[in-house]
Amino acid sequence: MGDGGFASRERKGRIPELSAIAASVRREILEMLGASGSGHPGGSLSTVEILVSLYFYKMRHNPGDPAWKSRDRFLLSKGHAAPALYAVLSRCGYFPGAELSSLRKLGSRLQGHPDPKKLPGVEIPGGPEGIGLSEGIGMALASRIDGLDNRIYVLMGDGEQDEGEVWEAAMAGAKFKLDNIVAIVDMNGIQQEGKTSEIMPSGSLLEKWRAFNWDVEEIDGHDFDSVIRALDRPPKHGIPRAIIAKTIKGKGVDFMEGNPEYHGKVPSKELLDQAIRQVSGR
Amino acid sequence: MDIKKTSMREALGRSLVRLGETDEKVVVVGADTTDSIKLMEFGRRFPSRFFNVGIAEQNMIGISAGLALSGKKVFCGTYVVFLERAIDQIRNTIAYCSLDVKIIGSHGGISVGPDGGSHQAIEDFAIMRTIPNMKVIAPSDSESADMLIEKAGREKGPFYIRILRPNLPQFYDSGSRVEIGKANLLREGSDVTIIANGVMLGEAMDAAGLLEKEGIFAEVIDCHTIKPLDLALIEKSARKTGAVVTAEDHNIIGGLGSAVAEALSEAYPVKMRKVGVRDVFGQSGDGRELMSAYGLDSANIIRNVREIVNK
Repeated sequence: MGDGGFASRERKGRIPELSAIAASVRREILEMLGASGSGHPGGSLSTVEILVSLYFYKMRHNPGDPAWKSRDRFLLSKGHAAPALYAVLSRCGYFPGAELSSLRKLGSRLQGHPDPKKLPGVEIPGGPEGIGLSEGIGMALASRIDGLDNRIYVLMGDGEQDEGEVWEAAMAGAKFKLDNIVAIVDMNGIQQEGKTSEIMPSGSLLEKWRAFNWDVEEIDGHDFDSVIRALDRPPKHGIPRAIIAKTIKGKGVDFMEGNPEYHGKVPSKELLDQAIRQVSGR
Repeated sequence: MDIKKTSMREALGRSLVRLGETDEKVVVVGADTTDSIKLMEFGRRFPSRFFNVGIAEQNMIGISAGLALSGKKVFCGTYVVFLERAIDQIRNTIAYCSLDVKIIGSHGGISVGPDGGSHQAIEDFAIMRTIPNMKVIAPSDSESADMLIEKAGREKGPFYIRILRPNLPQFYDSGSRVEIGKANLLREGSDVTIIANGVMLGEAMDAAGLLEKEGIFAEVIDCHTIKPLDLALIEKSARKTGAVVTAEDHNIIGGLGSAVAEALSEAYPVKMRKVGVRDVFGQSGDGRELMSAYGLDSANIIRNVREIVNK
């Protein structure tokens, strides 16, 4: 797999730095949500290691030239995790960190759900679930037409797997033999109204994606070694890749972890301060 | 009147091939109706820029959005009633980001015929024209369809273009001037303005011919662009005639008639009547028979004209 000792050592060498970034991103997510007073903490916190691995380790991108044609693209299909994306994009330099506190406010570029017309670095509009993978397929097809060797990464939620369009897109990815796309499922086990296993049981997502002819693996979505190892694995020729990342909703804040209540609710000032202390290791 | 009838779908196929020849950014996405609506003409010619996604309209729109976000100029389409499954994707990707995607809705209206009410879209103008950034076009013959589709392909931003199943009488030729957003005055008159599009333009022209025999001179406007509406021409004609009848193969709620009424009520209110489907679903039958049964014919236009013209 080309995963020799050197690659492995290099990967591991980056982990302390990535972990430090992840801690800052978690803090910024919570501060942003505190400032806005509304938004989605749980599903933002579950994505952090995945986003940090993509933007600070794996992806070929240039914050100075967000429209660079050959860039790798990250598509946040679960658009309610916007705060995580914004924290990562500003840290990369796509826009000033001072803007983070404008989240969800009138006139802000940081919309409640991302808007690519407003904010540099945002690739697709967020909002209704289930559309991002289709857009990723479209971009992967465009890259093929244009002879580009970039990769398209699409992050979905596990609740989002309820949407039929996800599976329409999954079939299309296999039909068009797109080995330049990677679908990542943030499997935090919770959707708006409760556990995914109760709201709409998906069974084994690994088996489902495999049955749709994707090259699938399941990983620990909070373990950097596991995440970047999966991202580094070269694609199989003509086969799209899916990564099922087992995560914890609200990761890093004890009262939010695994708690459906914090899908779309910002905690009280007191609890928020407590949460910020926890993710900052204080 | 014995006028040559031609196919709008074949016009679509021709204009897409022309666009594909001159612009390699043009791509086409279809959903298992590609031969029927002639998207396949493009596919045969440019197979690497043509994608059939199967019976998956939401995915068709999402993929089209992705292609457009990567700089492609996208045409996609299927039958209108299937397309309407993907209104969410049309609103939240293509319109929301004002993407270069031209959406073709084929088989609009009850004139589709025997497939029945499930396949007769009578609400698409209403839905599409209320979505910001979306332009809405409903050509009335194959020649103007050919020109409008090509012009839309060379303009930025999203379009919804409704084309029709039946062969239609031809009102334009290759020398005609047809522009997006500019209605065409096809017949001058002084007593009433009939504003029509699609399959109803032929009925409007027939009605005008028959009305002339009873001394009523009708002006006929082909309003092929519903949004942006050519208020300048419509208002000018309304000021001249003082009476307007609209005619469309669409629900009288929210379509061409509503668009005209909304605009004139602010600009220059006149007596108006709307000819269209009166808020009911269609049924199986021959297209012509259905049009008469639902009041989409020259006879009903004439009845409505008589109601508001003082002669």
